[in-house]
Amino acid sequence: MKYILLLTGTKAEFDWYTKWSKEDLQAQGAFMQAFHEELKDSGVLVAAEGLAFPDQARVVRAGRDGEPIVTKGVIRGVKDGAPFVTDGVFPESKEFLAGYTIIDVESAEQAYKIAARMSAAPGPGGIPGNMPIEVRQVMSGAPEELP
Amino acid sequence: MDVSIERLLRELTPQALGTVVRRFRDFAAAEDAVQEAALAAAMQWPREGIPDNPRAWLTQVAFRRMADHIRSESARRRRESEVALEAAYTSELTTIETAPQEDDTLVLLFMCCHPALTPASAIALTLRAVGGLTTAEIAHAFLVPEATMAQRISRAKQSIKNSGIPFQPPTTEERAQRLRAVLHVLYLIFNEGYTSSAGPDLRRGDLSHEAMRLTRILRNLRPDDTEVAGLLALMLLTDARRLARTSAEGELIPLAKQDRALWDKRQIAEGVALISATLPKGSVGPYQLQAAIAAVHDEAARAEDTDWPQILALYDLLRRMSDNPMVRLNHAIAAAMVHGAAKGLELLDALSADARLADHYRLDAVRAHLLELAGDRESAIRSYRAAAGKTGNLPERNYLLAQAARLSSELRLMNEQE
Repeated sequence: MKYILLLTGTKAEFDWYTKWSKEDLQAQGAFMQAFHEELKDSGVLVAAEGLAFPDQARVVRAGRDGEPIVTKGVIRGVKDGAPFVTDGVFPESKEFLAGYTIIDVESAEQAYKIAARMSAAPGPGGIPGNMPIEVRQVMSGAPEELP
Repeated sequence: MDVSIERLLRELTPQALGTVVRRFRDFAAAEDAVQEAALAAAMQWPREGIPDNPRAWLTQVAFRRMADHIRSESARRRRESEVALEAAYTSELTTIETAPQEDDTLVLLFMCCHPALTPASAIALTLRAVGGLTTAEIAHAFLVPEATMAQRISRAKQSIKNSGIPFQPPTTEERAQRLRAVLHVLYLIFNEGYTSSAGPDLRRGDLSHEAMRLTRILRNLRPDDTEVAGLLALMLLTDARRLARTSAEGELIPLAKQDRALWDKRQIAEGVALISATLPKGSVGPYQLQAAIAAVHDEAARAEDTDWPQILALYDLLRRMSDNPMVRLNHAIAAAMVHGAAKGLELLDALSADARLADHYRLDAVRAHLLELAGDRESAIRSYRAAAGKTGNLPERNYLLAQAARLSSELRLMNEQE
Protein backbone atom coordinates (compact mmCIF):
# COMPACT_ATOMS: atom_id res chain seq x y z
CA MET A 1 0.00 0.00 0.00
CA LYS A 2 1.28 3.41 -0.85
CA TYR A 3 1.09 6.38 1.47
CA ILE A 4 2.04 10.01 0.98
CA LEU A 5 3.61 11.88 3.88
CA LEU A 6 2.87 15.58 3.56
CA LEU A 7 4.88 18.24 5.28
CA THR A 8 2.98 21.51 5.40
CA GLY A 9 3.31 24.90 7.07
CA THR A 10 1.78 28.36 7.15
CA LYS A 11 3.54 31.39 5.68
CA ALA A 12 4.59 32.35 9.22
CA GLU A 13 6.24 28.98 9.72
CA PHE A 14 8.11 29.28 6.43
CA ASP A 15 9.28 32.77 7.48
CA TRP A 16 10.44 31.38 10.81
CA TYR A 17 12.33 28.63 8.99
CA THR A 18 14.28 31.17 6.93
CA LYS A 19 15.65 32.59 10.20
CA TRP A 20 17.24 29.36 11.40
CA SER A 21 21.02 29.34 11.89
CA LYS A 22 23.20 27.81 9.22
CA GLU A 23 24.07 24.88 11.51
CA ASP A 24 20.43 24.15 12.27
CA LEU A 25 19.52 24.23 8.57
CA GLN A 26 22.42 21.95 7.76
CA ALA A 27 21.50 19.54 10.55
CA GLN A 28 17.96 19.29 9.27
CA GLY A 29 19.07 18.92 5.68
CA ALA A 30 21.50 16.16 6.63
CA PHE A 31 18.79 14.38 8.60
CA MET A 32 16.32 14.48 5.72
CA GLN A 33 18.92 13.25 3.26
CA ALA A 34 19.99 10.35 5.48
CA PHE A 35 16.37 9.55 6.29
CA HIS A 36 15.41 9.29 2.62
CA GLU A 37 18.56 7.36 1.80
CA GLU A 38 17.51 4.85 4.43
CA LEU A 39 13.98 4.62 2.99
CA LYS A 40 15.51 3.92 -0.40
CA ASP A 41 17.83 1.25 0.99
CA SER A 42 15.00 -0.50 2.75
CA GLY A 43 13.04 -0.70 -0.51
CA VAL A 44 10.04 1.43 0.46
CA LEU A 45 10.73 4.82 -1.18
CA VAL A 46 8.59 5.59 -4.21
CA ALA A 47 9.22 9.32 -4.59
CA ALA A 48 10.15 12.39 -2.57
CA GLU A 49 10.37 16.06 -3.47
CA GLY A 50 10.79 19.35 -1.69
CA LEU A 51 8.93 22.35 -3.04
CA ALA A 52 9.97 25.94 -3.60
CA PHE A 53 8.88 28.44 -0.94
CA PRO A 54 5.30 29.74 -1.03
CA ASP A 55 6.51 33.17 -2.15
CA GLN A 56 6.55 31.63 -5.60
CA ALA A 57 3.12 30.04 -5.30
CA ARG A 58 0.64 31.15 -7.94
CA VAL A 59 -2.94 30.16 -8.48
CA VAL A 60 -3.87 29.40 -12.05
CA ARG A 61 -7.31 29.08 -13.56
CA ALA A 62 -8.42 28.69 -17.12
CA GLY A 63 -9.81 31.83 -18.64
CA ARG A 64 -12.65 32.02 -21.14
CA ASP A 65 -10.55 30.65 -24.01
CA GLY A 66 -8.57 28.27 -21.85
CA GLU A 67 -5.70 30.73 -21.42
CA PRO A 68 -3.95 30.64 -18.05
CA ILE A 69 -4.98 33.35 -15.62
CA VAL A 70 -2.26 33.58 -13.04
CA THR A 71 -2.83 35.28 -9.73
CA LYS A 72 -1.25 35.47 -6.34
CA GLY A 73 -3.85 34.88 -3.73
CA VAL A 74 -7.10 33.09 -3.26
CA ILE A 75 -9.45 33.26 -6.17
CA ARG A 76 -13.02 33.45 -5.01
CA GLY A 77 -14.66 32.88 -8.35
CA VAL A 78 -14.79 33.72 -12.03
CA LYS A 79 -16.88 36.54 -13.41
CA ASP A 80 -17.23 37.28 -17.12
CA GLY A 81 -14.33 34.97 -17.83
CA ALA A 82 -12.00 36.72 -15.39
CA PRO A 83 -11.18 35.51 -11.90
CA PHE A 84 -11.74 37.81 -8.99
CA VAL A 85 -9.51 37.74 -5.97
CA THR A 86 -10.80 38.77 -2.61
CA ASP A 87 -7.74 38.47 -0.42
CA GLY A 88 -5.17 39.72 -2.90
CA VAL A 89 -2.59 37.65 -1.10
CA PHE A 90 -2.83 34.23 0.49
CA PRO A 91 -4.48 34.30 3.92
CA GLU A 92 -2.19 33.88 6.92
CA SER A 93 -3.87 30.66 7.92
CA LYS A 94 -3.28 28.92 4.59
CA GLU A 95 -1.17 25.76 4.82
CA PHE A 96 1.40 25.37 2.05
CA LEU A 97 2.96 22.11 1.02
CA ALA A 98 6.68 22.13 1.78
CA GLY A 99 7.48 18.66 0.53
CA TYR A 100 6.20 15.15 0.18
CA THR A 101 7.44 11.60 0.45
CA ILE A 102 5.61 8.62 -1.07
CA ILE A 103 6.32 5.21 0.43
CA ASP A 104 5.16 1.70 -0.37
CA VAL A 105 4.68 -0.26 2.86
CA GLU A 106 2.79 -3.23 4.25
CA SER A 107 0.40 -1.39 6.56
CA ALA A 108 -0.82 1.96 7.83
CA GLU A 109 1.03 1.31 11.10
CA GLN A 110 4.33 1.06 9.25
CA ALA A 111 3.55 4.33 7.45
CA TYR A 112 2.80 6.00 10.81
CA LYS A 113 6.13 4.80 12.23
CA ILE A 114 8.02 6.28 9.29
CA ALA A 115 6.02 9.52 9.55
CA ALA A 116 6.87 9.76 13.25
CA ARG A 117 10.57 9.53 12.47
CA MET A 118 10.21 12.29 9.89
CA SER A 119 8.30 14.37 12.42
CA ALA A 120 11.25 14.12 14.78
CA ALA A 121 13.62 15.83 12.30
CA PRO A 122 15.83 18.22 14.27
CA GLY A 123 14.65 21.82 14.68
CA PRO A 124 16.66 24.76 16.05
CA GLY A 125 19.28 23.66 18.57
CA GLY A 126 19.00 20.06 17.36
CA ILE A 127 15.79 19.57 19.33
CA PRO A 128 13.33 17.28 17.52
CA GLY A 129 10.88 19.51 15.70
CA ASN A 130 7.79 17.37 16.28
CA MET A 131 6.40 18.66 12.98
CA PRO A 132 2.92 17.48 12.05
CA ILE A 133 3.04 15.07 9.11
CA GLU A 134 -0.20 14.45 7.28
CA VAL A 135 -0.44 10.81 6.20
CA ARG A 136 -2.80 9.90 3.36
CA GLN A 137 -3.26 6.67 1.51
CA VAL A 138 -2.58 6.85 -2.21
CA MET A 139 -5.49 5.42 -4.17
CA SER A 140 -4.70 2.12 -5.76
CA GLY A 141 -6.34 -0.59 -7.78
CA ALA A 142 -5.75 -3.24 -5.15
CA PRO A 143 -7.70 -3.42 -1.91
CA GLU A 144 -5.89 -3.88 1.37
CA GLU A 145 -5.80 -7.38 2.76
CA LEU A 146 -7.16 -8.05 6.20
CA PRO A 147 -5.25 -10.26 8.62
CA MET B 1 13.98 -12.47 -28.19
CA ASP B 2 12.33 -15.50 -29.68
CA VAL B 3 9.15 -16.19 -27.71
CA SER B 4 9.81 -19.92 -27.44
CA ILE B 5 13.33 -19.30 -26.12
CA GLU B 6 12.02 -16.73 -23.65
CA ARG B 7 9.42 -19.21 -22.40
CA LEU B 8 11.97 -22.01 -22.18
CA LEU B 9 14.35 -19.80 -20.21
CA ARG B 10 11.66 -18.81 -17.74
CA GLU B 11 10.86 -22.45 -17.18
CA LEU B 12 14.47 -23.55 -16.82
CA THR B 13 15.94 -20.65 -14.85
CA PRO B 14 14.38 -21.56 -11.48
CA GLN B 15 15.39 -25.19 -11.98
CA ALA B 16 18.98 -24.20 -12.71
CA LEU B 17 18.89 -21.79 -9.77
CA GLY B 18 17.71 -24.58 -7.46
CA THR B 19 20.57 -26.80 -8.57
CA VAL B 20 23.16 -24.05 -8.15
CA VAL B 21 21.90 -23.02 -4.71
CA ARG B 22 21.84 -26.63 -3.59
CA ARG B 23 25.46 -27.02 -4.68
CA PHE B 24 26.95 -23.70 -3.51
CA ARG B 25 24.59 -22.67 -0.70
CA ASP B 26 24.95 -18.94 -1.49
CA PHE B 27 21.55 -17.78 -2.68
CA ALA B 28 22.46 -14.22 -3.65
CA ALA B 29 25.55 -15.19 -5.66
CA ALA B 30 23.74 -18.14 -7.24
CA GLU B 31 20.92 -15.86 -8.37
CA ASP B 32 23.38 -13.49 -10.02
CA ALA B 33 25.20 -16.40 -11.68
CA VAL B 34 21.99 -17.89 -13.09
CA GLN B 35 20.82 -14.49 -14.34
CA GLU B 36 24.11 -14.11 -16.18
CA ALA B 37 23.78 -17.59 -17.61
CA ALA B 38 20.23 -16.81 -18.78
CA LEU B 39 21.47 -13.62 -20.40
CA ALA B 40 24.19 -15.55 -22.21
CA ALA B 41 21.60 -18.06 -23.38
CA ALA B 42 19.33 -15.27 -24.65
CA MET B 43 22.20 -13.99 -26.79
CA GLN B 44 23.61 -17.30 -28.01
CA TRP B 45 20.64 -19.61 -28.50
CA PRO B 46 18.85 -17.60 -31.21
CA ARG B 47 22.13 -17.53 -33.16
CA GLU B 48 23.51 -20.99 -32.55
CA GLY B 49 20.36 -22.94 -31.83
CA ILE B 50 19.04 -24.36 -28.58
CA PRO B 51 21.49 -26.88 -27.09
CA ASP B 52 20.43 -30.52 -26.75
CA ASN B 53 20.15 -30.25 -23.01
CA PRO B 54 19.39 -26.58 -22.36
CA ARG B 55 19.03 -27.04 -18.60
CA ALA B 56 22.46 -28.63 -18.28
CA TRP B 57 23.86 -25.84 -20.47
CA LEU B 58 22.40 -23.15 -18.18
CA THR B 59 23.55 -24.93 -15.05
CA GLN B 60 27.08 -25.43 -16.40
CA VAL B 61 27.44 -21.78 -17.35
CA ALA B 62 26.07 -20.71 -13.96
CA PHE B 63 28.51 -23.09 -12.23
CA ARG B 64 31.38 -21.49 -14.13
CA ARG B 65 30.18 -18.00 -13.11
CA MET B 66 29.99 -19.19 -9.50
CA ALA B 67 33.54 -20.45 -9.72
CA ASP B 68 34.64 -17.07 -11.12
CA HIS B 69 32.77 -15.37 -8.32
CA ILE B 70 34.39 -17.49 -5.65
CA ARG B 71 37.82 -17.03 -7.26
CA SER B 72 37.53 -13.26 -7.22
CA GLU B 73 36.11 -13.28 -3.71
CA SER B 74 38.91 -15.43 -2.42
CA ALA B 75 41.53 -13.39 -4.26
CA ARG B 76 40.09 -10.34 -2.59
CA ARG B 77 40.14 -11.84 0.83
CA ARG B 78 43.22 -13.98 0.36
CA ARG B 79 42.00 -16.45 2.84
CA GLU B 80 43.34 -19.97 2.74
CA SER B 81 40.02 -21.58 3.42
CA GLU B 82 38.50 -19.79 0.45
CA VAL B 83 41.29 -20.96 -1.83
CA ALA B 84 40.76 -24.49 -0.66
CA LEU B 85 37.06 -24.11 -1.33
CA GLU B 86 37.74 -22.80 -4.79
CA ALA B 87 39.93 -25.78 -5.59
CA ALA B 88 37.17 -28.08 -4.44
CA TYR B 89 34.61 -26.40 -6.69
CA THR B 90 36.71 -26.07 -9.83
CA SER B 91 38.01 -29.61 -9.74
CA GLU B 92 34.47 -30.86 -9.54
CA LEU B 93 33.13 -28.73 -12.32
CA THR B 94 33.63 -31.24 -15.08
CA THR B 95 32.17 -34.17 -13.23
CA ILE B 96 29.49 -32.48 -11.20
CA GLU B 97 25.94 -33.75 -11.46
CA THR B 98 23.94 -30.97 -13.06
CA ALA B 99 20.73 -32.92 -13.25
CA PRO B 100 18.20 -31.24 -10.98
CA GLN B 101 16.88 -33.04 -8.01
CA GLU B 102 13.19 -33.41 -8.39
CA ASP B 103 12.37 -30.98 -5.63
CA ASP B 104 14.77 -28.13 -6.42
CA THR B 105 12.08 -25.77 -7.70
CA LEU B 106 9.90 -26.61 -4.72
CA VAL B 107 12.73 -26.01 -2.27
CA LEU B 108 13.40 -22.72 -4.04
CA LEU B 109 9.75 -21.77 -3.53
CA PHE B 110 9.96 -22.72 0.14
CA MET B 111 13.01 -20.52 0.47
CA CYS B 112 11.53 -17.47 -1.29
CA CYS B 113 8.24 -17.71 0.62
CA HIS B 114 9.86 -18.31 3.97
CA PRO B 115 7.70 -17.06 6.86
CA ALA B 116 10.69 -15.04 8.12
CA LEU B 117 10.25 -12.67 5.13
CA THR B 118 7.60 -9.94 4.95
CA PRO B 119 4.93 -10.63 2.32
CA ALA B 120 6.24 -7.83 0.09
CA SER B 121 9.77 -9.30 0.15
CA ALA B 122 8.54 -12.84 -0.42
CA ILE B 123 6.41 -11.72 -3.37
CA ALA B 124 9.27 -9.82 -5.00
CA LEU B 125 11.77 -12.63 -4.47
CA THR B 126 9.40 -15.33 -5.74
CA LEU B 127 8.62 -13.40 -8.92
CA ARG B 128 12.30 -12.82 -9.53
CA ALA B 129 13.85 -16.16 -8.54
CA VAL B 130 11.06 -18.60 -9.38
CA GLY B 131 9.08 -16.58 -11.91
CA GLY B 132 12.16 -15.39 -13.76
CA LEU B 133 10.80 -11.85 -14.12
CA THR B 134 13.27 -9.00 -14.36
CA THR B 135 13.50 -6.46 -11.56
CA ALA B 136 12.17 -3.83 -13.98
CA GLU B 137 9.11 -5.94 -14.76
CA ILE B 138 8.34 -6.53 -11.08
CA ALA B 139 8.83 -2.82 -10.30
CA HIS B 140 6.48 -1.92 -13.13
CA ALA B 141 3.83 -4.35 -11.91
CA PHE B 142 3.91 -2.89 -8.40
CA LEU B 143 4.26 0.71 -9.61
CA VAL B 144 7.44 1.48 -7.70
CA PRO B 145 10.79 2.72 -9.07
CA GLU B 146 13.16 0.02 -10.26
CA ALA B 147 15.80 1.09 -7.73
CA THR B 148 13.31 0.57 -4.88
CA MET B 149 12.38 -2.90 -6.12
CA ALA B 150 16.06 -3.80 -6.58
CA GLN B 151 16.66 -2.82 -2.94
CA ARG B 152 13.67 -4.82 -1.79
CA ILE B 153 14.93 -7.93 -3.58
CA SER B 154 18.46 -7.51 -2.38
CA ARG B 155 17.28 -7.04 1.21
CA ALA B 156 15.14 -10.14 0.93
CA LYS B 157 18.20 -12.12 -0.16
CA GLN B 158 20.13 -10.59 2.71
CA SER B 159 17.45 -11.63 5.22
CA ILE B 160 17.64 -15.18 3.92
CA LYS B 161 21.39 -15.12 4.36
CA ASN B 162 21.21 -13.60 7.84
CA SER B 163 18.51 -15.90 9.10
CA GLY B 164 20.56 -18.92 8.02
CA ILE B 165 17.60 -20.49 6.22
CA PRO B 166 19.16 -23.55 4.60
CA PHE B 167 18.44 -24.65 1.06
CA GLN B 168 16.87 -27.96 1.85
CA PRO B 169 13.42 -29.47 1.89
CA PRO B 170 11.58 -28.69 5.14
CA THR B 171 11.13 -31.48 7.64
CA THR B 172 7.89 -33.41 7.56
CA GLU B 173 6.55 -31.46 10.55
CA GLU B 174 7.39 -28.13 8.92
CA ARG B 175 6.13 -29.05 5.48
CA ALA B 176 2.45 -28.22 5.91
CA GLN B 177 3.17 -24.82 7.47
CA ARG B 178 5.77 -23.91 4.85
CA LEU B 179 3.52 -25.00 2.02
CA ARG B 180 0.79 -22.75 3.46
CA ALA B 181 3.20 -19.82 3.33
CA VAL B 182 3.97 -20.59 -0.34
CA LEU B 183 0.27 -20.80 -1.20
CA HIS B 184 -0.37 -17.52 0.59
CA VAL B 185 2.32 -15.70 -1.41
CA LEU B 186 0.98 -17.13 -4.70
CA TYR B 187 -2.53 -16.08 -3.65
CA LEU B 188 -1.32 -12.53 -2.90
CA ILE B 189 0.39 -12.29 -6.30
CA PHE B 190 -2.79 -13.46 -8.00
CA ASN B 191 -4.92 -11.00 -6.03
CA GLU B 192 -2.60 -8.08 -6.74
CA GLY B 193 -3.02 -8.72 -10.45
CA TYR B 194 -6.71 -9.56 -10.35
CA THR B 195 -8.01 -6.74 -8.22
CA SER B 196 -6.02 -4.09 -10.02
CA SER B 197 -6.52 -5.14 -13.60
CA ALA B 198 -9.25 -2.56 -14.10
CA GLY B 199 -8.39 0.40 -16.26
CA PRO B 200 -5.79 0.86 -18.91
CA ASP B 201 -2.84 -0.68 -17.06
CA LEU B 202 -3.38 -4.26 -18.12
CA ARG B 203 0.19 -5.24 -17.43
CA ARG B 204 -0.56 -5.58 -13.75
CA GLY B 205 -3.05 -8.25 -14.74
CA ASP B 206 -0.09 -10.31 -15.93
CA LEU B 207 0.65 -10.93 -12.27
CA SER B 208 -2.46 -13.15 -12.10
CA HIS B 209 -1.23 -15.21 -15.02
CA GLU B 210 2.20 -15.46 -13.47
CA ALA B 211 0.63 -16.63 -10.18
CA MET B 212 -1.38 -19.25 -12.08
CA ARG B 213 1.70 -20.41 -13.96
CA LEU B 214 3.65 -20.81 -10.70
CA THR B 215 0.74 -22.59 -9.03
CA ARG B 216 0.60 -25.01 -11.96
CA ILE B 217 4.30 -25.74 -11.51
CA LEU B 218 3.67 -26.31 -7.81
CA ARG B 219 0.76 -28.59 -8.63
CA ASN B 220 3.00 -30.68 -10.91
CA LEU B 221 5.44 -31.01 -8.04
CA ARG B 222 2.77 -31.81 -5.44
CA PRO B 223 -0.06 -33.44 -7.42
CA ASP B 224 -1.57 -35.04 -4.31
CA ASP B 225 -1.85 -31.91 -2.19
CA THR B 226 -5.53 -30.93 -2.07
CA GLU B 227 -4.95 -27.31 -1.07
CA VAL B 228 -2.53 -26.73 -3.96
CA ALA B 229 -5.24 -28.07 -6.27
CA GLY B 230 -7.80 -25.92 -4.43
CA LEU B 231 -5.77 -22.75 -4.94
CA LEU B 232 -5.27 -23.45 -8.65
CA ALA B 233 -9.01 -24.11 -9.04
CA LEU B 234 -9.83 -20.90 -7.15
CA MET B 235 -7.55 -18.89 -9.45
CA LEU B 236 -9.00 -20.47 -12.60
CA LEU B 237 -12.60 -19.93 -11.50
CA THR B 238 -11.99 -16.35 -10.38
CA ASP B 239 -9.86 -15.31 -13.34
CA ALA B 240 -12.51 -16.76 -15.69
CA ARG B 241 -14.69 -13.72 -14.89
CA ARG B 242 -11.98 -11.17 -15.61
CA LEU B 243 -13.44 -9.78 -18.84
CA ALA B 244 -16.91 -9.35 -17.35
CA ARG B 245 -15.65 -7.68 -14.21
CA THR B 246 -15.09 -4.21 -15.58
CA SER B 247 -16.79 -2.15 -18.22
CA ALA B 248 -14.94 -0.63 -21.17
CA GLU B 249 -14.63 2.53 -19.05
CA GLY B 250 -12.94 0.61 -16.24
CA GLU B 251 -16.03 0.65 -14.05
CA LEU B 252 -16.44 -2.27 -11.63
CA ILE B 253 -19.36 -4.58 -12.36
CA PRO B 254 -20.59 -6.71 -9.44
CA LEU B 255 -21.07 -10.44 -9.92
CA ALA B 256 -24.88 -10.19 -10.11
CA LYS B 257 -24.73 -7.71 -13.02
CA GLN B 258 -21.95 -9.28 -15.07
CA ASP B 259 -22.51 -10.42 -18.64
CA ARG B 260 -21.95 -14.14 -18.13
CA ALA B 261 -21.42 -14.70 -21.84
CA LEU B 262 -18.04 -13.03 -21.32
CA TRP B 263 -16.92 -15.62 -18.77
CA ASP B 264 -14.18 -17.98 -19.92
CA LYS B 265 -16.01 -21.31 -20.32
CA ARG B 266 -12.87 -23.36 -20.87
CA GLN B 267 -11.26 -22.07 -17.70
CA ILE B 268 -14.48 -22.63 -15.73
CA ALA B 269 -14.66 -26.21 -17.02
CA GLU B 270 -11.06 -26.84 -15.97
CA GLY B 271 -11.59 -25.27 -12.53
CA VAL B 272 -14.83 -27.13 -11.90
CA ALA B 273 -13.29 -30.46 -12.95
CA LEU B 274 -10.29 -29.84 -10.72
CA ILE B 275 -12.25 -28.89 -7.60
CA SER B 276 -14.78 -31.69 -8.19
CA ALA B 277 -11.96 -34.22 -8.34
CA THR B 278 -10.24 -32.75 -5.29
CA LEU B 279 -13.04 -32.29 -2.73
CA PRO B 280 -13.88 -36.01 -2.39
CA LYS B 281 -10.27 -36.73 -1.38
CA GLY B 282 -11.29 -35.62 2.09
CA SER B 283 -8.63 -33.20 3.30
CA VAL B 284 -10.68 -30.04 2.85
CA GLY B 285 -9.01 -26.66 3.42
CA PRO B 286 -9.87 -22.98 2.93
CA TYR B 287 -8.67 -22.71 -0.69
CA GLN B 288 -10.78 -25.69 -1.72
CA LEU B 289 -13.84 -24.20 -0.03
CA GLN B 290 -13.31 -20.83 -1.71
CA ALA B 291 -12.88 -22.63 -5.03
CA ALA B 292 -16.10 -24.55 -4.42
CA ILE B 293 -17.92 -21.26 -3.75
CA ALA B 294 -16.47 -19.74 -6.92
CA ALA B 295 -17.59 -22.86 -8.82
CA VAL B 296 -21.18 -22.50 -7.58
CA HIS B 297 -21.23 -18.89 -8.82
CA ASP B 298 -19.63 -19.80 -12.14
CA GLU B 299 -22.07 -22.62 -12.79
CA ALA B 300 -25.15 -20.40 -12.50
CA ALA B 301 -26.36 -19.44 -15.98
CA ARG B 302 -28.02 -16.33 -14.55
CA ALA B 303 -27.43 -14.50 -11.25
CA GLU B 304 -30.91 -15.48 -10.04
CA ASP B 305 -30.07 -19.17 -10.62
CA THR B 306 -27.27 -19.02 -8.02
CA ASP B 307 -27.52 -21.83 -5.49
CA TRP B 308 -27.28 -19.58 -2.40
CA PRO B 309 -28.13 -22.30 0.17
CA GLN B 310 -25.09 -24.24 -1.03
CA ILE B 311 -22.90 -21.12 -0.89
CA LEU B 312 -24.15 -20.42 2.63
CA ALA B 313 -23.30 -23.97 3.69
CA LEU B 314 -19.79 -23.60 2.25
CA TYR B 315 -19.28 -20.26 4.04
CA ASP B 316 -20.45 -21.92 7.25
CA LEU B 317 -17.66 -24.48 6.89
CA LEU B 318 -15.13 -21.84 5.93
CA ARG B 319 -16.11 -19.66 8.89
CA ARG B 320 -15.45 -22.52 11.26
CA MET B 321 -12.04 -23.07 9.68
CA SER B 322 -10.60 -19.56 9.81
CA ASP B 323 -11.21 -16.45 11.84
CA ASN B 324 -11.08 -14.15 8.84
CA PRO B 325 -13.47 -11.18 9.08
CA MET B 326 -13.81 -11.09 5.28
CA VAL B 327 -15.18 -14.63 5.39
CA ARG B 328 -17.71 -13.58 8.03
CA LEU B 329 -18.74 -10.63 5.87
CA ASN B 330 -19.32 -12.87 2.88
CA HIS B 331 -21.15 -15.32 5.11
CA ALA B 332 -23.52 -12.50 6.09
CA ILE B 333 -24.23 -11.77 2.42
CA ALA B 334 -24.99 -15.43 1.72
CA ALA B 335 -27.24 -15.58 4.78
CA ALA B 336 -29.11 -12.52 3.50
CA MET B 337 -29.61 -14.14 0.10
CA VAL B 338 -31.06 -17.26 1.74
CA HIS B 339 -32.93 -15.90 4.78
CA GLY B 340 -33.57 -12.29 3.78
CA ALA B 341 -31.77 -8.95 4.21
CA ALA B 342 -32.82 -8.60 7.87
CA LYS B 343 -30.88 -11.73 8.81
CA GLY B 344 -27.78 -10.43 7.00
CA LEU B 345 -28.01 -7.03 8.71
CA GLU B 346 -28.32 -8.73 12.09
CA LEU B 347 -25.07 -10.65 11.40
CA LEU B 348 -23.37 -7.42 10.32
CA ASP B 349 -24.22 -5.75 13.62
CA ALA B 350 -22.42 -8.54 15.43
CA LEU B 351 -19.45 -8.05 13.09
CA SER B 352 -19.13 -4.30 13.76
CA ALA B 353 -17.52 -5.12 17.09
CA ASP B 354 -14.55 -6.72 15.30
CA ALA B 355 -11.73 -4.16 15.49
CA ARG B 356 -10.25 -5.45 12.24
CA LEU B 357 -13.44 -4.49 10.41
CA ALA B 358 -14.77 -1.50 12.35
CA ASP B 359 -13.10 1.06 10.08
CA HIS B 360 -13.06 -1.01 6.92
CA TYR B 361 -15.00 0.21 3.92
CA ARG B 362 -16.28 -3.22 3.03
CA LEU B 363 -18.41 -3.43 6.17
CA ASP B 364 -20.21 -0.24 5.09
CA ALA B 365 -20.37 -1.42 1.48
CA VAL B 366 -22.04 -4.69 2.42
CA ARG B 367 -24.38 -2.92 4.82
CA ALA B 368 -25.36 -0.50 2.05
CA HIS B 369 -26.10 -3.40 -0.28
CA LEU B 370 -28.25 -5.20 2.31
CA LEU B 371 -30.09 -2.01 3.28
CA GLU B 372 -30.91 -1.50 -0.37
CA LEU B 373 -32.19 -5.08 -0.59
CA ALA B 374 -34.30 -4.35 2.49
CA GLY B 375 -35.76 -1.30 0.72
CA ASP B 376 -34.25 1.31 3.04
CA ARG B 377 -32.84 3.62 0.37
CA GLU B 378 -31.92 6.54 2.61
CA SER B 379 -29.80 4.47 4.97
CA ALA B 380 -28.29 2.63 2.01
CA ILE B 381 -27.17 5.94 0.47
CA ARG B 382 -25.51 6.93 3.76
CA SER B 383 -23.67 3.62 3.96
CA TYR B 384 -22.54 3.71 0.31
CA ARG B 385 -21.12 7.20 0.91
CA ALA B 386 -19.44 6.15 4.17
CA ALA B 387 -17.84 3.20 2.35
CA ALA B 388 -16.64 5.47 -0.48
CA GLY B 389 -14.93 7.74 2.04
CA LYS B 390 -12.98 4.85 3.54
CA THR B 391 -11.74 2.90 0.54
CA GLY B 392 -8.24 3.31 -0.89
CA ASN B 393 -9.28 1.70 -4.15
CA LEU B 394 -10.22 4.05 -6.99
CA PRO B 395 -12.52 1.81 -9.08
CA GLU B 396 -14.22 0.72 -5.87
CA ARG B 397 -14.82 4.31 -4.77
CA ASN B 398 -16.26 5.23 -8.13
CA TYR B 399 -18.54 2.20 -7.96
CA LEU B 400 -19.77 3.04 -4.44
CA LEU B 401 -20.41 6.70 -5.30
CA ALA B 402 -22.30 5.62 -8.42
CA GLN B 403 -24.55 3.38 -6.29
CA ALA B 404 -25.29 6.25 -3.91
CA ALA B 405 -26.03 8.54 -6.87
CA ARG B 406 -28.34 5.96 -8.47
CA LEU B 407 -30.35 5.57 -5.25
CA SER B 408 -30.54 9.36 -4.78
CA SER B 409 -32.06 9.87 -8.21
CA GLU B 410 -34.49 7.01 -7.58
CA LEU B 411 -35.57 8.72 -4.36
CA ARG B 412 -35.96 12.06 -6.15
CA LEU B 413 -38.13 10.46 -8.82
CA MET B 414 -40.32 8.82 -6.19
CA ASN B 415 -40.76 12.11 -4.36
CA GLU B 416 -41.70 13.89 -7.57
CA GLN B 417 -44.33 11.29 -8.37
CA GLU B 418 -45.98 11.64 -4.99
